[in-house]
Amino acid sequence: MVGPEQPLLPGEEVPGPEFERKAEEIIGQYPASRRSASLPLLHLWQEEFGFLSERAVEWISTKLGLKPIHILELVTFYPMLHVRPSGRINFKVCRTLSCALAGSHELFAQIRARCGATVSAGHGICVSPDGSYSVEFVECLAACGSAPAMMVDEEEFERATIDTVERILAESGEKEASQGA
Amino acid sequence: MAQDGTVQNPTREHRIILRYADLPGYTPDIDCYLQHGGYEQLRKALSMEPAAIVAEVKASGLRGRGGAGFPTGTKWGFIDHAKNRKPVYLLCNADESEPGTFKDRQIIYKDPHQLIEGMIISSFANHAHLAYIYIRGEMARGAKILERALAEARAKNFLGTNILGSGYDLDIFVFRGAGAYICGEETGLIESLEGKRAYPRIKPPYFPAALGLYLCPTIVNNVETLCNVKHIVEMGGAAYARIGSTNNTGTRIWCVSGDVCRPGYFEYDGGAITMGELLYDVCGGIRNGNRLKALIPGGSSAKVLRAGEIYHIRRKNAAGAMEEIEMRLEDLPLDFDTIAASGSMSGSGGIIVMDHTRDMVECLDNLSAFYAHESCGQCTPCREGALWMRKVLDRMTGGKGRPEDPQLLLDLAGQIGGRTICAFGEACSWPVESFVAKFREEFESKAVAEEEKDRLQVTH
Repeated sequence: MVGPEQPLLPGEEVPGPEFERKAEEIIGQYPASRRSASLPLLHLWQEEFGFLSERAVEWISTKLGLKPIHILELVTFYPMLHVRPSGRINFKVCRTLSCALAGSHELFAQIRARCGATVSAGHGICVSPDGSYSVEFVECLAACGSAPAMMVDEEEFERATIDTVERILAESGEKEASQGA
Repeated sequence: MAQDGTVQNPTREHRIILRYADLPGYTPDIDCYLQHGGYEQLRKALSMEPAAIVAEVKASGLRGRGGAGFPTGTKWGFIDHAKNRKPVYLLCNADESEPGTFKDRQIIYKDPHQLIEGMIISSFANHAHLAYIYIRGEMARGAKILERALAEARAKNFLGTNILGSGYDLDIFVFRGAGAYICGEETGLIESLEGKRAYPRIKPPYFPAALGLYLCPTIVNNVETLCNVKHIVEMGGAAYARIGSTNNTGTRIWCVSGDVCRPGYFEYDGGAITMGELLYDVCGGIRNGNRLKALIPGGSSAKVLRAGEIYHIRRKNAAGAMEEIEMRLEDLPLDFDTIAASGSMSGSGGIIVMDHTRDMVECLDNLSAFYAHESCGQCTPCREGALWMRKVLDRMTGGKGRPEDPQLLLDLAGQIGGRTICAFGEACSWPVESFVAKFREEFESKAVAEEEKDRLQVTH
């Protein structure tokens, strides 16, 4: 069930030249209508800056010659578009029937407890207070044959268990430790 | 891979679309695809007249693999190229998100060039010079695989201008969705691709072939359907039509998930295997030593089938006369028509199995939560009804069932289907109608349990 919409944050992101280049390349793929590039540019923004702000809506609508509402109405419609940063590690757990039959709801509860993800960030995402971790239920990930299905960023995990989660957490901890050193 | 009934392949699986997907050492690279005869059918197709390819697809009897099973050749035939002055678009519906379905993913991730070759041939046949692959947002990795494959195809002039010297120009781009199931509805998909909310369009026109992307003639086909076109060009429509059974030609990929020992995806000739063979011989039976209770045969929107049911199937016999025969659930041959005759549909080919330990009210609650979340909100009966059904089911699973609940659910479901712009209305009400009708005692028991509880509280 959808909760009340959270207002957009103002945002201070400044797209660089590489971002501009990618945006132009995307717009070029829709010769009949620049408006078609709306959703691809929202994806691009979210991948670059983590979430969608007022700045994002303004920048994309100006770029495409649209009214801001044409972009905002997409942000509030598509579940993958986020108006708050999710955790640095974001677990997406499949909620739907085949995965539920394989224990995905138990897995969701375990991850939530393990990461202390208790703060709502809209669209069903729960984030840990320090912003390190987040977990969300998503609908069918089309991997029902190897349930439960889970995604972390773009990586997909099949037959996921809390051990899978522990491994991911350990690996990310190692990565951070080596980066810090 | 053995493709007959021999020791290596006792289950008679016949892989055409997935022939190479799981072959050891097979990669999504174009060189690997070319080594396995890739893009040979494109060369052949480009030497044919576009109308001749449409005729072969019509002769093949190919039916759409996305869910509705509409004849592909007929869909393609709706565009009158003699009169049409607008650009034609071809869209690949890769928004695979019907719960229980995971077949298109296998093609996209493991054999992307097969899809691209099928799309180029289909675009050529339909006079399209621009095509898009609408892939669901969650398949970010799949989108990258496709983008890389498209770049490879462009570099080898299978895409771009004057493809292989034929004078035909085409480009294909990937468009990512963003987590909305309704984008699988073809007019919702088109709206989404136009940069809007994915609100399905009012019908008529019933087919985007009349008014589609940017109000131009548009063909929307599923991933598996487009792959089949390549094989129809290779073997010819008549030869393809000999695979499978009448009106259920070619192979189909069935995805089995839920309470079976070995879930997975399997490709069979139309009607070549029964439900029982698939569940028990191929998937190793019901897991944990349990018994079959129910299954959903074609993605979560299909009506549930209950173990032990007997179906009266009307079909044409070999002599062409209509006959009615009795079949158990296990005897149903897997095809479009028999599953439809059993009162459900083979839809997207996603079979979800539930064992005898499962609470049907909880299973339906799970599906209803899906539909309540995914309703696009455009039509009041669906937006309000799907949510209302979910709330009733949540209450029932939460131990607060009432005696009137089963009838309330049926009344609600009955007022959604047929009253909405798109088939989502049916998709959200069919599970409710079939679950409650076939397992009414379980839905009633939720209320009984509650009354018992009250009585016990009073006595003590």
